Order: sequence, then structure tokens, then C-alpha cells
Amino acid sequence: MFKRMLVASTLAAAVFAAQAGTVTVVTSFPKELTRIYKTAFEKANPGIKVEILNKNTIQGIAYVRELPVGQRPDIFWASAPDAFEVLAGQKLLDNVAALANKAAPAKVGNYPINNPQGLYLGQALAGYGLMWNTRYMAANKLPAPHQWADLMKPVYFGHVAISSPSRSGTTHLTVETMLQGEGWDKGWHQVLQIAGNCAAVTERSFGVPDGVNNGQFGIGLVVDFFGLAGKYSGFPVEFIYPDVTAVVPANIGLVAGGKNADEAKKFIAFAVSQEGQQLLYDPKISRLPILPPEAMDGKTPKGYPNPFEIAKRAKVHFNSDLSESRYNVVSALFDQTITFRLKELQAATKAIHAAEAALAKTPNPKAAALLKEARDAAFTPVVDAGKVADREFLAVFAASKKDAAVNKRVTALEDHWNTSARQNYERAKALAEQALAR
Amino acid sequence: MNTPTAAAGGLQARPRPGRPVAAVGVRPGVWLAAALVLGFLLLFMVLPVGRVFYTAFVEADGTPTVGHFVAFFSQGLMKESFLNSLYVASVSSIFAALIAVPLAYFTVRFDFRGAILIQTLGVLPLIMPPFVGAVAMQLIFGRSGSLNLLLGEWFGVTLPIMEGLNGVIFVESIHYFPFILMNLTVALRNIDGAMEEAAMNLGCRGWRLFWRVIFPLALPGFVAGASLVFVKVFDDLGTPLVLGQTNLLAPQAYLRITQVGLEDPMGYVISVIMIVFSIAAMALSARVLKGRDYATTQKGGGSIRRRRLSPLGALAAYAWIGAVLLIVLSPHLGVLLLSLAQVWSFSPLPDAYTLAHYATVFQDSSGMIKNTLLYCSLAAGLDVILGVTIAYLIFRTTLPARQWLDWIATASLAVPGIVLAIGFLRLYKGITLPGTDTLLTSTWVMIMLAYAVRRLPYALRSCVAALQQVHVSLEEAAESLGATKLRTIRRVLVPLMAGGILAGFVTSFITAAVELSATILLTSAESQAPMSYGIYLYMQSVAGRGPGAALGVLAIVVVAIGTYLSHGVVERTQSRFAPSAKEAQA
Repeated sequence: MFKRMLVASTLAAAVFAAQAGTVTVVTSFPKELTRIYKTAFEKANPGIKVEILNKNTIQGIAYVRELPVGQRPDIFWASAPDAFEVLAGQKLLDNVAALANKAAPAKVGNYPINNPQGLYLGQALAGYGLMWNTRYMAANKLPAPHQWADLMKPVYFGHVAISSPSRSGTTHLTVETMLQGEGWDKGWHQVLQIAGNCAAVTERSFGVPDGVNNGQFGIGLVVDFFGLAGKYSGFPVEFIYPDVTAVVPANIGLVAGGKNADEAKKFIAFAVSQEGQQLLYDPKISRLPILPPEAMDGKTPKGYPNPFEIAKRAKVHFNSDLSESRYNVVSALFDQTITFRLKELQAATKAIHAAEAALAKTPNPKAAALLKEARDAAFTPVVDAGKVADREFLAVFAASKKDAAVNKRVTALEDHWNTSARQNYERAKALAEQALAR
Repeated sequence: MNTPTAAAGGLQARPRPGRPVAAVGVRPGVWLAAALVLGFLLLFMVLPVGRVFYTAFVEADGTPTVGHFVAFFSQGLMKESFLNSLYVASVSSIFAALIAVPLAYFTVRFDFRGAILIQTLGVLPLIMPPFVGAVAMQLIFGRSGSLNLLLGEWFGVTLPIMEGLNGVIFVESIHYFPFILMNLTVALRNIDGAMEEAAMNLGCRGWRLFWRVIFPLALPGFVAGASLVFVKVFDDLGTPLVLGQTNLLAPQAYLRITQVGLEDPMGYVISVIMIVFSIAAMALSARVLKGRDYATTQKGGGSIRRRRLSPLGALAAYAWIGAVLLIVLSPHLGVLLLSLAQVWSFSPLPDAYTLAHYATVFQDSSGMIKNTLLYCSLAAGLDVILGVTIAYLIFRTTLPARQWLDWIATASLAVPGIVLAIGFLRLYKGITLPGTDTLLTSTWVMIMLAYAVRRLPYALRSCVAALQQVHVSLEEAAESLGATKLRTIRRVLVPLMAGGILAGFVTSFITAAVELSATILLTSAESQAPMSYGIYLYMQSVAGRGPGAALGVLAIVVVAIGTYLSHGVVERTQSRFAPSAKEAQA
């Protein structure tokens, strides 16, 4: 150990003179958060400098991957668990199990806080919930929602926003949570009905809270800190956790082949220490610690959400193996039938809402039958539960798309989904209009 | 070049550009220039991009295949996206032309103050920093924007301006019309006044004069601008994504390239197809101009005559300019308001105002301003040098396959920034600066080169248009008086092209200042970050909207000053040539 340190320090003195003791952190986190950590860490460790490199998750992965060993940044720090899985899969992470905070529980709900292989550590917890703009809601006379299922109500048509599972790891998790909580078919029914009420499927997960903050959307499905930070920054927004929610860690990991591993380890240990966890309570950050409130030295602000309670309340026992096995299927299915066909889905949903309202006033069995048919056409997933349990089917989506034959099969399937979804939505719209006409 | 030419001036027959004139040997200097340009394009564009796009043409094990392309063409969604892109690009070009042509004509034709207003404010739409601009547009024109909130309050109606493909067309045409405005203005200025006089002597007036004589003579500038708008809109990613329109080609490519952990060759297939289409569109626009001659000989002071506007005419012109500028500059107004707003949410105007965001920004952005100016002026300088060289090689030499230089350079319009950046990192992996262990890819030179490559097509189009308007007889005259080739280019050709070169420089400069996607990936230390990166950083968080907008305002101001100064430079250059023109007229 001593010898290695000696070698390392001589090397550092000889070659990296300018960069000695600089920890480079690639992160997707906002400046307010990183600046607070940088200042606190540099104060606690004089002589070590922290260089923050802000990149979005995708560009961050590409940046780490494309640099040669020895020239890479030291730390990767981001929300999406799947990003760390990708890095781990490409052998770009070093084991950091030894740096974990012993006071942290093993799991939040059913989800392990630290990666079981020790390749990355949970640094903060995040839960998904609903955020709404109070002025928007008042102007449009909308009631505040409480559960995911509320968003299916006709009153919210055109007022909701969501991101896509293929774009945002947390959105993927939320969709998967609904699918696991309700079962595949019923879960998709719900997802499709919520999506039908959406004004937009945003390309960036930050697009949702941003749009709710400025009043472009009424309600958004967002990660808690986006909602809380908006509220604490003075925007007229509220945030709640529905009963069915997943709480998952945002992670930090040590990049293999970085420049200053020893100093980097100190930063990681600091970030998960009690001192580092307390920084999360800053109103500008507003994230949930991985330590239970009783281990936080009484610093927890009043009324601050307790993620462990929220996770306990959740009825779903999240199965990450199941999620992993159909990861790409869920993403592709969502994009092909919702993101790329939103216009048609919206039109069908609108027609169904109209027919439903008319039917409630004057009951009519024939119209009711037509309406049921319309709902089935619009909200039944184009891939059924039996198919998604089929190993061979899943294998197609797990294989590398670089293979032209695989690519052809996948694109043919996607094309089929896209076309069927479009036809289903158009048929649903026509059926609902017939029901209305009766 | 000893091109035999008929009497100078006018639209007379001249050997067409693009076809060898005679079996004249190509001079060694030409070969050298071509080799340098080609080397640059290969090293910083073709090879890096090819390194990434390679995936589109091979199987997982590296054997070549066209299977990925077959998969592309069998998807209905792709056909739909292609048609949507085509529709949006065409209609946007038309609307951009409708905005730009009258503005350009006003500035050149009439002697009134509004001209300066157009010149200065007309380029501002191009300087719309990413994210900030989108947020500001939503705040003004969006479904809960100022306009719709007021309309709803007063009349109970709302306009879906930012919805669907029409929203994309609206934003794109007010964003990119300056491409036409700048190039057309330069082209109109370059027209020989004698042409107009001749036409008027023959009894041609009013609209007829404009449509039959003036506009056709300025066609290279118009086509340069309009084709840029078309290709740019066709390849544009930011606007559709912000407006939530995914069923266009560029967003389809982007969404597939940037999925976490999924290397999808389909994204690259789409990009390759977009490149091919962009080149085809450019080649087509070149064909439109082919076979005609736009060069006129008299330069410097002898341009078409300015007129005074009647008071009523001036009023009408001001009203039109005011209306257009109000619409196209409303996003800037939005950014300004956003930068001064404490909270702005679902209300026509912010709740309260503050200067705090500027204080935040001034603390840590002085370095960013300097970086932006440095990278962008170097990149734009490089672009006009390359642009003039390529234009010269195409129109003044008989170099074989010279058109390819133009096509390769233009193709970069369709290369997504992230692809170019990944290509740089991949191609130059592990290469260090000589004598140090600093990676080449972690220096700011890479960011600058990425800007130069991505913005080259803008400068190139302007230079090509400028050169097309210079008659070769002027150079021949210089040469017959004993000037060397190089001296002729330096003292005659470049000064005559100055307006076009400047337009190219300005376009490259200001669009590079707001480049984002390559910037994020290539920035390897905060000290080397330009302003666009800073804006991105702020706009990632709820509390950062104000500071992000404040930095956006600073970026707009800095770039606007830069533009204004460079206009000054050109005025001075042109006035240097003015005396000779006066003598000629006297």
C-alpha cells in the first residue's frame, strides 16, 4: 500500500504536477447541487480540488467510454440506475463497496441502496410523484390529483405531461412499477389512458417539471426533487407521492482508469457520509438521504418526506430482474405506441371522453357496447402478457441491433406495433364517434 | 485563368462554372490549396464521422451489409417522418423568404433609417441560445404563453401557434430567415447599377423592374440563403424536440442515437440518409443557377440607386418592419423578461423583477464570454478561408471533381453534433499534444474545430454566392496588368467578395456561439467552457432558469456587438475602394 502510494505520488509529482489532487466528476446534476458539494468537500480536504464536468447522462457515458485509460474522469455521479448498469457492463467502474456508509440500510422498500456487486453506491434517494401548477389548475378549474389512476379522468384531458421510458430511467421505473403493480395488461391499460390525457411526451425528463413550472402543463409525472425544488424556489407548484411509487437511489461510482483514484475515493466516501448526506437538505437541492432520519443527527427539516416510509407504504414489490428482462421491450412499446402516435391516441381519447359524457346523461346499451369496444381498441397493448413472458421474444430485444438480421426483426416488430397502434386508435375514435351519434 | 470572355458586363454568355473551359493545365498552387482543404475535411469531418457511421454499414462482427438500410425502408414511420421533414423544410423556406425578401429589398433600395435597424436586428433571431429560446418562445407563444393568456382573457380564444408541425414551421421560419436576409442583401448590393439604368431606359419600372431585372440578378444570394434554410430546417433537431414533434427524421435519428446503453445502428442509418438528401438538395439548388451568369463588372459605389421614401411610404415601411421585428424578436424579449423575473408562471408577465440573476452570472461567466469569442472567431475565420478557397476552386479552376469539396463541406449540415463529437473522441483517442501528456481531445482546439466543421456550410454558401457575382474579367484585367495570381486574389477578388465573406463570417460566428450538442461532449474542464455550455448548465435546474436566461441575454449582446463591429470593418474596407469608383463615374 505504502509502496503504491509512493509510486503514485512520485508519478503525480513528476507528470501530473498541474493536476495533482484534482478529482474530476462527471455528473448530470445541476450546478446548485454540485457547487455545494464541491465547496464542502474542498473545505474538509484542503489540497484536493474538485473539477465538475456537467454532461447529460448519455453524453457522460460516451465521454467516459471514448477516453483512454489513465485520462478518464474519476467519478460518475447521476440519477439513472440504468446508466450505471451500462458503465458496469462495459467494465468502466471500479469496486467501491468498501466506501459504503455502514449506517445506511441495505434496501429501501425492495430496492437495494448500493449495487450488490459493489460497483456503485446509492448517494441520495428519489421517489416519483405528481407535480402540478396551482395557478394553471385554478384557471382551468381542475381538482388536485392524488393517485396515478386520477390522471385517467376525462377532466385532465390535455393537461398532463410525461417523459418517455427510453429517455428517462426514472420514467421507465414508474411505468414498470405500474405494470408490475397492476399486471401487464391492466397496467398498460392505465398507462395508455394516462398517456391519452397527455399534452406532451417530453424528450428530456427535465422538460416535464420545467413545463409545469412555467405553466405550459398542468400536471407532470416527475422525480420528487424536481417538484420540491420548484416549490422551494417560489414557483406556484405542489408535489405529492401517490401510494404506488418506487423509491430508488441516485448513484455515484468510481470510473476505472481515472487519474486520481485515491482522492476520488475520498470524495465518494464524503458524499455518502452523514456530513455529505446532510447537504441534501439544502432547499436548492431538496433530495432524500440514503440514511434513515434517525441517523441524521436530528438535522431533518420538519415535514421532510421519509423515503423509507413511502417505500413501505408502496404496495408494489419491485422486481428488478423482471424489469431488466423486458427493459427494451417496454421502452420500444411505449415509444412506438405512445410517443410517436400521441396525436392519434389523443384524438381517440378525446372521442371516448365525449361519448362517455353523453352516455352518462342518456344511457343507451348499444352506445355502451360501442364505447366498450372503442376503449378496448384504444387501451389494449399491442403486445399481450403471454407474448412478453415468451423468452424467445425477449431474446430478440436483448440481442445486439448491430446485427442486421436482428435489426430487421426488431424494426419489423416495431413497425407492426406502430401501424397497429395507429389503426387501433383510429378505429377507437370512429367507434366512439358512432357511440356518440346514437 | 485565361478564360476568353466577351465584352464586360451584363448577362452574357460565359463558360459555365463546373465545366472545364479548355484543356488548361491546373497550376500547382491550385493542387496545393485543394489538398489542404481536402485534408481538413478528411481529418475533421469525413474520417471522424465515418468512424461513427461505419456501424450503419456493417454487421455486429464487421462484415459489410445493407441490411440496416433495408430495415429503414420497410418502416412506415420513417416514410412518414421523411415526408413530414420535407413538408416542414419546404414551407419554412417559403415563409422565411416572405419575411426576408421585403426586408432585404427595403435596406438596399431605400435611403432611410430603418435599413440600419434591419441590418442590426435582423440577425438576432439566429442568436437564440438553446433551451433559453425554447423556454422564452413557450412563455410568449405557448399554450399558456403571454399571448394566449391575454387572448383567452380578452376574447376567450387561444391560438395553437406552437402545436404540431405548424408550430415547427412557425419557429423555424422566424429563426432562420436571416440566412436569406443576409445573403440576399449582399447580393442586391453587388448588382451593377448600370443594369437598372439600362432597364429603366428601356421603360421598365416598378414590380416589373424588380421581378425581371433586380431579383434575377440577386438570385445567387437568394438561392444561397433559401437552400440553407431548407437544408437547415430539414436537419434541425432542437425545435421539433422542444415542441414535442418526434415524427421527423432528425428527431428520429437523435432519439435512437442517444438512448442509454443501446447502440442502435438505425440512428446512423437515418443520419446517412439525411446527409445524402441534404447534398442532393444543395446539388439541385446549384443546378437552378447553372447555365446562367450573374456576374456584373462594375463594383464599389456603382450599385443600384437608392431612393427616398415618400412620407406615406416610409410610414408603411416602418409599420411592416416594426411588425416583422416584433414577431421575430419576441423570443428575445421573452429571454430578457425571464432574466429579470423572480417567478414567471402562468401569467402574461413575470410576478416581480430582480437583477439577482445577472449578479449570479457575472460571478462566474467572464471566462465563458472570452472563450466564446475566441472559439467562434477562430472557427468563423477558418470557415471563410475554407469557403473562399472552395468557391475559388469550383468557379475559377478546372480541377477535376472539385464539386465534391462543396458537397463534403455541405454534408456537415446533416451530421448531428453528438456524432461529430464522438467521432473526434474516437479518432483522436490517446493522441497527446507533442511533449506533454495532455490529450488532444481535451484541449479547446477540438471544440473550435467542431464549430468550424459544423458551421462551414454557412460561410461556404455566402462565399460561393459572392464569387458568382464577381465577373472574371476583373481578375483578367488585373492579371493582364501584370499582377500575379495570388496578388489578384488578394487585391481584387477578395475585396470584391468582402460583403459575402462578411455575411459568411457573421453567420458562422453567431451560430457557433450557440452550438450545444458537440460542446457538451467536448468540454473537458469548466475553464474552457463557452457560454452555450454555461447556459445549458443553468437551464438543467429549476433555480437556474433566471441565471440561464441572464447568460443568454449576455450571449445575445456579446454576439450582437461582434456582428456590429464586423459590419464596421467591412464598411471601411468598401470605402477604401469607393474613390476609384467615383473616378470611374466622373
